[in-house]
Amino acid sequence: MRESDMTTERLHHATRAQRIGEPVLSVEGVSLAFGGVKALTEVSFDVREHEIRAIIGPNGAGKSSMLNVLNGVYHPQEGTIRLRDGTDWREFHDMDSHEAAAMGIARTFQNIALFKGMTVLDNVMTGRNLKMRCSFLEQALWLGRARREELAHRRAVEEVIDFLEIQHVRKTPVGRLPYGLQKRVELARALAAEPRLLLLDEPMAGMNLEEKQDMCRFILDVNDHYGTTIVLIEHDMGVVMDISDRVVVLDYGRKIGDGTPGEVRANQAVIDAYLGVAH
Amino acid sequence: MSEDLSGLDTFPKLLLHHARVRGGRPAIREKDLGIWQTWTWKEFADEVRALACGLAEHGFKRGDHMALVCDNRPRAYAAMCAAQCLGGVPVPLYQDAIAAEMAFPIQNAAITHALAEDQEQVDKLLEILPQCPSLKHIYYDDPRGLRNYTQPQIAAYDRLLELGRESHRRDAAFLETEIAKGSGEDAAAMFFTSGTTGVPKGVVLTHHALIDRAAVAAQMEGLNERDVVLAYLPPAWIGQNIFSYAQPFATGYCICCPESAETVMTDMREIGPTYYFAPPRVLEALLTQVSIRMEDAGALKRWLYHTFMGVARRVGGAILDGRPTTLGDRLLYRVGDLVVYGPLRNVLGMSRVRVAYTAGEAIGPDLFKFYRSIGINLKQLYGSTETSVFVCIQPNGQVKPDTVGPAVKGVELRFTPERELLIRSPGLFKEYYKNPQATSEAKDPQGWFHTGDAGYVDADGHLKIIDRVKDVGKLADGTLFAPKYLENKLKFFPYVKEAVAFGHGRDRVCAFINIDMEAVGNWAEKRNLAYSGYTDLASQDAVYDLVRECVEKVNADLAEEPEIANSQIHRFLILHKELDADDEELTRTRKVRRGFIGQKYQTLVDALYGGRSSVHVEAKVRYEDGRTGTFSADLKIRDAKTFAPAAARKAA
Repeated sequence: MRESDMTTERLHHATRAQRIGEPVLSVEGVSLAFGGVKALTEVSFDVREHEIRAIIGPNGAGKSSMLNVLNGVYHPQEGTIRLRDGTDWREFHDMDSHEAAAMGIARTFQNIALFKGMTVLDNVMTGRNLKMRCSFLEQALWLGRARREELAHRRAVEEVIDFLEIQHVRKTPVGRLPYGLQKRVELARALAAEPRLLLLDEPMAGMNLEEKQDMCRFILDVNDHYGTTIVLIEHDMGVVMDISDRVVVLDYGRKIGDGTPGEVRANQAVIDAYLGVAH
Repeated sequence: MSEDLSGLDTFPKLLLHHARVRGGRPAIREKDLGIWQTWTWKEFADEVRALACGLAEHGFKRGDHMALVCDNRPRAYAAMCAAQCLGGVPVPLYQDAIAAEMAFPIQNAAITHALAEDQEQVDKLLEILPQCPSLKHIYYDDPRGLRNYTQPQIAAYDRLLELGRESHRRDAAFLETEIAKGSGEDAAAMFFTSGTTGVPKGVVLTHHALIDRAAVAAQMEGLNERDVVLAYLPPAWIGQNIFSYAQPFATGYCICCPESAETVMTDMREIGPTYYFAPPRVLEALLTQVSIRMEDAGALKRWLYHTFMGVARRVGGAILDGRPTTLGDRLLYRVGDLVVYGPLRNVLGMSRVRVAYTAGEAIGPDLFKFYRSIGINLKQLYGSTETSVFVCIQPNGQVKPDTVGPAVKGVELRFTPERELLIRSPGLFKEYYKNPQATSEAKDPQGWFHTGDAGYVDADGHLKIIDRVKDVGKLADGTLFAPKYLENKLKFFPYVKEAVAFGHGRDRVCAFINIDMEAVGNWAEKRNLAYSGYTDLASQDAVYDLVRECVEKVNADLAEEPEIANSQIHRFLILHKELDADDEELTRTRKVRRGFIGQKYQTLVDALYGGRSSVHVEAKVRYEDGRTGTFSADLKIRDAKTFAPAAARKAA
C-alpha cells in the first residue's frame, strides 16, 4: 500500500510541468484569538512556488481561520505573513482583503459565495474586476478603450470557461445550477483574476465521487497549466493525499505536522489527532 | 446545382475545385471561446494541403489507414481530407468507445497514423498501443494536459501542420501529383459497423460511391452553397459523415461544429441550420423537453399550446404537403404559426430548416407528425453504412409516416421470399475490410446487397420496413411478432425511454421497460413523490401504474391491427437500471441488443413468463470510472390489460 502510494506520488511529480520553486509565502508565528477562544497558536509554515499545499485537521482545528488570515479577512494578533513579489519580500502584520487581492491572492469559499441571479459568464467576469482600468464613465459610454478592454477581459473569461468546461451553462443564472457546477463556477471566478496564489476552502465538500474526481482533475490542471500555487483546505483525506505536494496538519489551532503526504501519514501526532487517543 | 463537377471523382479534387470557385465562402465553422470562427474553402484547402504534406513527411502513403478519434472539429475533417489527398483511407472511430473497443479496428485495418482529439483519447490509444504495433504516430489536437507526455509516437497537430507547411513550400508539386493520382474507385473511407451482431466489420466505401449518393440526394433536395448544417452526431457514424463531409464537398455548403456536446441546443439556435438530420431518439428527446416545459408553463400558454397543437394535428401536415384545406383552417393555422409554431420552431433552432431527415430506426407516427404539423419539413430516409446512406427518400409532398419513401435515382430494390430487402445501387460498399467471407454473404455475385431488413413496397411504390429479418418471429400460435414495432409504440410515450419485447416462440408477449428519468422524474416531482435515483423511482407503485397505462394504450392500438392483434403485451417489468452501451446492452448508436439483454437478464424473462409477481435481481454495476459494484433489489412484475382484436369484436 505504502509502496504503491509512493510510486503514484513520484509519477505525479515527474510529469509536472512546473518545477516546485522557492517559497512565495511564509507564515511566521501567527496567533489568532476571538476573545478568549484561541483559534490559532503560533502557526508557522511556508508555501513554495507552484506547489499544492494542503491544510488539514479535524473539525475546529483552525483551518478556515488560517485561510482567512492568509487572505486578509482576519487579522492575527501576533505573527507576520510575508509574501514574495519577484525577489522582494513584503511583510504584512494586518493585511486587508484588497491588499491580498492586489498581491495576486484569490480564493473560493466553503459555502459558495456567488451572485445567484447573475449568469455564469457575469459571475466569472467579476473575477476580472481588479484588472479593469477604465472609468465608470468610459464604460457607460462604451468608448474605444472601454470596448477594447471589455473584449480582452471577455476573452480571458472565455478561456477560463473553456478550461473548466462550463461552456454549456455560460448564460445560465448561477442559482439554477447544481451544487457541483456552482463550485466549479466559483473556481472559475477565482481563476479569472489570474492569481499567483489560489486559496481553496474545501473545494470538494458536499460533492459526489464523480464530481470530486472532476474537481481534482481541474485543480491539478490549474496547477499544471497556469502554474498557480494552490493552498487548499480539505476534509477528504484521500483527496488531500492524492493531489497535494506538502501538507500542514492543524489540531486545536496548533501545527502538529508538516511534510509530504507520506510523512504526514506516518506522523504519530497526526494519527492520534484523527483517530483519537486514549488519555 | 448547375455546377459541373464531372471529372472531380475524389474528395480532394472537389476540395480544390471549391477553393477555386468559392474560395471566399464559408466551408466550416467552429465555436471557439464563445465566438463562431469561420474557415473559408480556401483556408480549409490550405490547411488540408499542409496537413497532407506533413503526413507524407511522417511516412503516410497510398493505401495506409488513418484513425480519427475526434468529435466534430474542422481539424478532424481536414485530417480526413488530408489522408485522402495521399490516397490513404481515413477510419473515423467512435470517440466514446472504451480503449479495448478501439483495439480491434486499429489491428484490423493495420492503422499507422491516428488523430486524437485530446488527452482522454490519447490515453486510450496509448493504453492499447502494446497490442497495436502498427500504430506509429498519434497526433493530438488539444494540447491540454499533454505537454509532458514523452512517448515517441506522440506529436501535436500544430507541429504536423508546421512540418507540412515547410515541406509544401519546398515542393508544392508533390501534393498536386498525389491528388491527381487518386481515382473514384479508390477507397475513400472506412466505417466500422456498430456490431449489433458479432465483431465489428470495416465497411469500405469508394470516393465514387459516396460522391454519387451525396450528389444525387443533394440534387433531389436542391441543396446548394447557401445551406448550413450543424455537425453534432459522431463523425464515426456514416450519416454524420455524409451530411458533414460528402454532401458539403458535393455542393459547397457550410457545416458548423458545436462548442461541446452539451451546447448543441444553444449552438443550433445561433446557427439556424437549413438542412438538418436527427435520429428519432434526438427528436424524441426534444419533444419530451418541449412537453415538460409546456407543463410547467402558465395556464394561458398551456391553453394556447394545446388549442393550436390541435389545429396543427388536424391540418398542419396537409398544409405542408400542399394538399387542399379550407380557408378557415388555413387562417387558423396562420394564427397558430404566429403564436405557437413559429416560436416553437425558433426554440428548437429549426426556424430556417428547409429539409430535415430522420432515419436510423423507425419513428413513432405521432412524433413524426408533430414535427411536420408545426411546419418542419421532416422526412424519412432509408439507408445504411453499406449503401452510402441514400437508398430511399420521401420526396416533398409525398410523405407518409409509416414508409421511408420510394427508391432514390439509381437504386434498384428486390425482395427475397422471406421479405428480405435486396439493394443494388452505385453507392454500395466495396467490401468488408479483410473479411471476404462476410463480403460475399452480404453482397451476391450479381451485386445485390442483402440488407437483413424485412419489408415490402406499398401500392404507391414506397418502401416500408417492418423489422430485422432475423428478429421478426412468431408467437406459439403463429401470430406475427415484430418486437421492434411494439417497442417503438411503447417508446413513443414520453415516460418510456427504452423497451425490450420478448415473445418469439412463446404463447404471449412480455416486455422490459426503461423509464425516462427526465419525464418521469418531473411527473413524480409534480405529485410530491420522493425518490433517490433511477432505481428507486423505477420501483415505485405509482410509476408502475403510469407505465401500465402506456402499455394498455399500446395494447388497445394493437387490437385494431388484425395481423398483430395477438401480440399485445401481457406482462411487463421496469428494469432497475438504464440500458447502457457501456454494458453492451445498447449499440454505440443506441439500438437495443435484444438477444444479449435476453441472455443477460434470463432470470427476469423467466419470471415474466413464470407468472411470478416479483423477482430478485442481483447485478454487477460498472461505473464510468471503471469500478464495479454489486446491486440487488426486488423487481415487481405487473400484468397489463389486453383487448379483444377488433376483427373478433366485429364478428361477435
